[in-house]
Amino acid sequence: MKTPTRISFGETISELGGEDSAIVVFDADLAKSTQSIRFGKRFPDRFFEMGIQEQNMIGTAAGMALSGKKPFICSFATFVVGRFETIRMSIAYSNAPVVIVGTHCGIGVGEDGYSQMALEDIALMRSLPGMHVIHPADDVETRQVVRYLVEHPHPAYLRLTRQAVPDVHGEDYVFRFGKADPLRPGRDAVVFCCGPVVSHALDSAETLALEGYDVRVVNIHTIKPLDIDTVVAAARETGRVVTVEDHSIIGGLGSAIAETLGEILPTPILRIGIRDVFGESGSSEALYEKHGLDAKGITLQIRAFLEGTPAFHRANSSAG
Amino acid sequence: MNRLDTGGDSLNSPPLSSLSLEALKIEAVKLRIDILRMLNAAGSGHPGGSLSIVDILTVLFARHIRRVRPGIPDPERDRFVLSKGHGVPALYAVFARLGIIPREELLTLRKLGTRLQGHPHNGSLPYVEASTGSLGQGVSIAQGMALAARLDKSERRVYTILGDGEIQEGQMWEAFLSAAKYRLDNLIAILDYNKGQIDGFTSDVMNIDPVTDKLVSFGWEVQRIDGHDFPAIDAALEAAKTREGRPHFIVADTVKGKGVSFMEHNAEWHGKAPNDQETAAAVEELEQLLIPAMASQS
Repeated sequence: MKTPTRISFGETISELGGEDSAIVVFDADLAKSTQSIRFGKRFPDRFFEMGIQEQNMIGTAAGMALSGKKPFICSFATFVVGRFETIRMSIAYSNAPVVIVGTHCGIGVGEDGYSQMALEDIALMRSLPGMHVIHPADDVETRQVVRYLVEHPHPAYLRLTRQAVPDVHGEDYVFRFGKADPLRPGRDAVVFCCGPVVSHALDSAETLALEGYDVRVVNIHTIKPLDIDTVVAAARETGRVVTVEDHSIIGGLGSAIAETLGEILPTPILRIGIRDVFGESGSSEALYEKHGLDAKGITLQIRAFLEGTPAFHRANSSAG
Repeated sequence: MNRLDTGGDSLNSPPLSSLSLEALKIEAVKLRIDILRMLNAAGSGHPGGSLSIVDILTVLFARHIRRVRPGIPDPERDRFVLSKGHGVPALYAVFARLGIIPREELLTLRKLGTRLQGHPHNGSLPYVEASTGSLGQGVSIAQGMALAARLDKSERRVYTILGDGEIQEGQMWEAFLSAAKYRLDNLIAILDYNKGQIDGFTSDVMNIDPVTDKLVSFGWEVQRIDGHDFPAIDAALEAAKTREGRPHFIVADTVKGKGVSFMEHNAEWHGKAPNDQETAAAVEELEQLLIPAMASQS
């Protein structure tokens, strides 16, 4: 099955709306795109259409949260996180338990081009004290994350996809907040990944296995707080670390892993992501291929990394 | 100079809520003295915009805001959001007068480890309802609190004070639109129209006039008052409770630095603390206003 995680969110929050009357949902004129409309149709009294006013939506939700409600505020990730300083004051520093739901993350947005793509949002949200950052990989995980966020009110950023992403978990999967999710064992290297490219990393590990490389794959759904113990243990056990994310390699998952290992256990690292450039129009598939974020591109880069070939060094000379 | 002898002592004074408007006017003079001494002890801060709102705050907390009192905050209390966060010394002085904080704590303003942060931080002190000080965000927050009160079918009201320079921020006008859309008649916004901001006169920096017409056209119920006229402040706050179906705006014409002759109308005193000599001169001037009050009490 392939599902856009924004739909997983919209369906789940509208289900949970019937269980918890403290849930309120806001949107800024993108309710059909973010799928918050599903909640809005079932609970019109607890749905607030703010028009194209992301800052006002952030502040209003903060006021609601400070009065005991559980607000989810929805927009394209770059539009809402782009109002960074409002989030910083009204949500983070006010410790207002608002869940910021950013859909349309990464170059996976595709044809709409860079203006609609969030490529820097993890970096921004990760820098705020106390902010939780969660980027689920598929439908099953997203549904459990949404339930977790309802049951544990806290300032949080939930990063979701426009495009359908394949299931990487079975129905028996159990999401554990702040705990890394090992998807595949391996001893030659560990790939830490998140979001829509987790399935690409798994496919790449399959290909590399055929070539005799035993690559571990770990889904880091919770980027903050990071599961430091698992990250360090995996780095120690494999000696080679790769990160894969549909986000800038500056400030995102790759940075979080590199910062952690740099202090605790310096380990050779390859960060696969957007290498300090803007996005552009094109299909998701074409963009993932161009940026080396499809399974093939990931395989090429990991192979070069493990072999220590010049291709790896060239590919990594341009950024960050 | 680090003493608080003649200011707003909560222990030996009757509760603010028991006082007449005439007596509250005297209390506001004492609060001004506290504000100046706090700022002097801190060595930095914003006297101009604290002195311009203290009369409004005194009437608001004495006679209108319900269930804000010492102890654990009541969920059914009215809320107050100081959107123009730099005026917070005035709020702290009122909190001390209400007995919410010990009066001597005022002298910890802006010092390491204090609950009295340089700009409001809700994690540091009860009844600071949100963190503000980055301008433009308070009406949105207050609006969310007003919407929550409505969802709870509660009689809670939400008050917020904004600066005149502050409403140059775009987010303010977003909130002016949405509060009218949601017909938030439990939301009362007060504009501290003191005509000044850091870089000079508001009318020169970025004119907001005709501000009353703009707010009316946005769908708010608007009153305009002299923000240092106690009966007018009281009447406007009372009127803001009775009308239905629209959010309330009180445009209060105020004087930056009000009560201290050398600070009044002077943009230089936006963000500069008085030194010992200046504080002594200001306190002496204010204490003159207390003499007839003391004489009438004895």
